[in-house]
Amino acid sequence: MDFITILQQLMGGMLTTIWIFILTLVFSLPLGLLIAFGRMSKYVILRTLVKVYISIMRGTPLMLQLIVVYFGPYYIFGMTISSNYRGIAVIIAFALNYAAYFAEIYRSGIESMPKGQYEAAKVLGYSKVQTFFVILFPQVLKRILPSITNEVITLVKDTSLAFSIAYAEMFTQAKALAATAHNVVPLLAAGLFYYIFNGVVAFLMERAEKSMKYYE
Amino acid sequence: MNMLEMKHVKKAFGETGVLKDISFSVKEGDVVSIIGPSGSGKSTLLRCATGLETMDEGEIQCEEFGLVFQNFNLFPHFSVLKNIVDAPIRNQKRPKEEVYQEARELLEKMGLSDKETAYPCELSGGQKQRVSIARALAMNPKILFFDEPTSALDPELTLEILKVIRELAEEKMTMVIVTHEMSFARDVSNRIIFMENGYIVEDGTPEEVFTSENARTREFLGKYHHSS
Repeated sequence: MDFITILQQLMGGMLTTIWIFILTLVFSLPLGLLIAFGRMSKYVILRTLVKVYISIMRGTPLMLQLIVVYFGPYYIFGMTISSNYRGIAVIIAFALNYAAYFAEIYRSGIESMPKGQYEAAKVLGYSKVQTFFVILFPQVLKRILPSITNEVITLVKDTSLAFSIAYAEMFTQAKALAATAHNVVPLLAAGLFYYIFNGVVAFLMERAEKSMKYYE
Repeated sequence: MNMLEMKHVKKAFGETGVLKDISFSVKEGDVVSIIGPSGSGKSTLLRCATGLETMDEGEIQCEEFGLVFQNFNLFPHFSVLKNIVDAPIRNQKRPKEEVYQEARELLEKMGLSDKETAYPCELSGGQKQRVSIARALAMNPKILFFDEPTSALDPELTLEILKVIRELAEEKMTMVIVTHEMSFARDVSNRIIFMENGYIVEDGTPEEVFTSENARTREFLGKYHHSS
């Protein structure tokens, strides 16, 4: 089996991996912001619930969370699991997990903003929502981008955990291919894929950081 | 016509009373300097008047105001021009062309025409403070508050700002200035309020306050005379 054939066989899995990556970010980045607001809420009950949520997401293995999200509906509620739920479960588990990490990053950024920015915005008649999205958030984003980059790079590699519920992303396929062909090349190809993928991610994030360098 | 009126305003932080029964008003065209030792409640008074602090008791009526901070508090991600035009356009819903034209006039007046596209981080402290004065003026306030506008600046930059305030005074802008610049306060204001311990101890013309018989006022002003 030559390298080209292996790549062709892994192509479908690569696309699936890229989709997991994109959809996880699409859901977890906004969800993380909502969770961060909950974490900073003045209502004790909400704040505590969110704190517990974050501690569970950060304190237990993502692989376990994947399995619970996938098999939970069957074991807990006796629901029949359809085959397309597999992909949905992957996105749900990843989004819930990454949102918790993003929430803490957002919070650190928001809490590092000087009080004077809020006061100036208030005096100049910005509403609370405008103050956040027009004045604070662009500055917060600049501060937290390096931490976000870290998480996003981890996510690229974490997508391989979907193999634990046998979801046919690239790693699952590479592993199966290596087993049937008695050949380590598919796994090396998989490694190369993650490495290049992350190279692209790092390049894009660096560009994003540079684009915000116009002020201090 | 009163631009600001405070009646029996009280404010405490925990057990500590910071404002204890403050009543005074500011008429149109008044330039009022508030002086007094640190912790006397000057800044808190300003922060209550501008709604940044809620009072515990009393009444405040204030016309549309602008506030200039000690630390400028410019928006670092906005250019100088955007810092000035954003609030009038976004929040006062005024026509863009009008606001931009006014902003450019203000920048010219502040001697900052060449800094339109600069970002706050590229400016000196004095330039930052002039932008923040322009930003406050762009809202067309009826009264302008200054909270120790020169305390973060060195003596040379302080003069820049005092010159701007003096020009505004000549244009009959109503202003309330919390300051430690005694000679400036004496020079530019038509009224000086001396505060101590949350009370207004003196309220009068600069001549009245600077020649006051009140022992505490004399002591405070005496220290400044010796040091300057």
